Amino acid sequence: MERVPILKIGGVLLVSIQIDLHDQSVLALQEDLAEKISATGAHGVIIDISAVEIVDSFIGRMFATIASISRLFDADTVVVGMRPAVAITLVELGLTLGGVRTALDLERGMKILGQLGRGRDA
Amino acid sequence: MTADAGRAQSLTDLMRTEAEPLIGKWVDAVAALLRGRQTRSELERDFREFYAALLPLVGNDGRDVSGPEFGDIRSLLDEYSRARVRAGFTPSETASSLFSLKRVIFDLTENSDDPQFYRQQRAFSGLLDALGLLTFESYAQARDEIIREQSEQLLELTTPVVKIWEGVLAVPLVGTLDSARTQVVMEKLLEALVETGSEHAIIDITGVFAVDTQVAQHLLKTVVAARLMGAECIVSGIRPQIAQTIVALGIEFGDIVTKASLADALRHALRREGVDVVRSRAV
Repeated sequence: MERVPILKIGGVLLVSIQIDLHDQSVLALQEDLAEKISATGAHGVIIDISAVEIVDSFIGRMFATIASISRLFDADTVVVGMRPAVAITLVELGLTLGGVRTALDLERGMKILGQLGRGRDA
Repeated sequence: MTADAGRAQSLTDLMRTEAEPLIGKWVDAVAALLRGRQTRSELERDFREFYAALLPLVGNDGRDVSGPEFGDIRSLLDEYSRARVRAGFTPSETASSLFSLKRVIFDLTENSDDPQFYRQQRAFSGLLDALGLLTFESYAQARDEIIREQSEQLLELTTPVVKIWEGVLAVPLVGTLDSARTQVVMEKLLEALVETGSEHAIIDITGVFAVDTQVAQHLLKTVVAARLMGAECIVSGIRPQIAQTIVALGIEFGDIVTKASLADALRHALRREGVDVVRSRAV
């Protein structure tokens, strides 16, 4: 089974999904991510899905699950680069990802995390 | 001429020997029918082609016009009918072009009392009827295609997505919104958001005169989808009657930002973008 790599940039963990996600790899990613946040004490998680073209309700729920997990470690989650077709699919499935922040691209996602991080220090 | 026709001679031979005067009369008849909307030379060019394609078919009663031997005349007539549609001729004018040939040939042969000749002519008349129907079918088909093209063009025309500021897109919606159109708007808007990297989009519905639950639902979906992608949508220009309808129908806009006018929405978007607009001097 292919595993999704998790990269650390400063206090942010970057998950860039470049493969077709199966239920097994989604579960593995959630486990890996929880361990990584706990190990590094990261304050933010960015999930880049600009390469994802097909989603189902399981993957849709993954974002919310990851956000809830991260929150337990006091880290914020931003989903970036969602394609129009994916957004339409998620809306049609009735998944609005409440509680998950979104940004158009990686750069804006980093900026949002930066602003949240500043608020945290103050 | 009629003297020749009186002899036991086949219609094919007659049409071959009398080709020039026949085509001339045919063009005259149709030109009179169309009252100068098409020049004689254009008609003559077309009819010469028809005539040449018709000659080998004389004797066939046109019961099976889908056969391979009709390939040539079918494609000629198809082209002719399509051109007629574009030029704004009616279907009966198009079909009459063929039927006129009947009269021209009857005129030529009316004094003949040869039963053989009469049978041939009846078959030929049937052939022309069948071909006339063919032109009608091509005509209807071409018209359908035009209508389809136009409705597609209309869909494209009426849903522009414009960039009105760095990072701010606007979609002025005009006319009636139905599911198909809202779908197009939704896709175009979301794609434009990605392309231009805009974080704000204003959906202006000043030109929309009716909103029902379905349309509202589509609008809400668009806004939520944009939000999923990391962009914010503002709905502006809701008419007073529409506001009343929305409230009466119990449609909840939730935390979606709505503004009275496009100007207000733009000001809101600019503020969110961190842009201040000030007068450079007192006017």
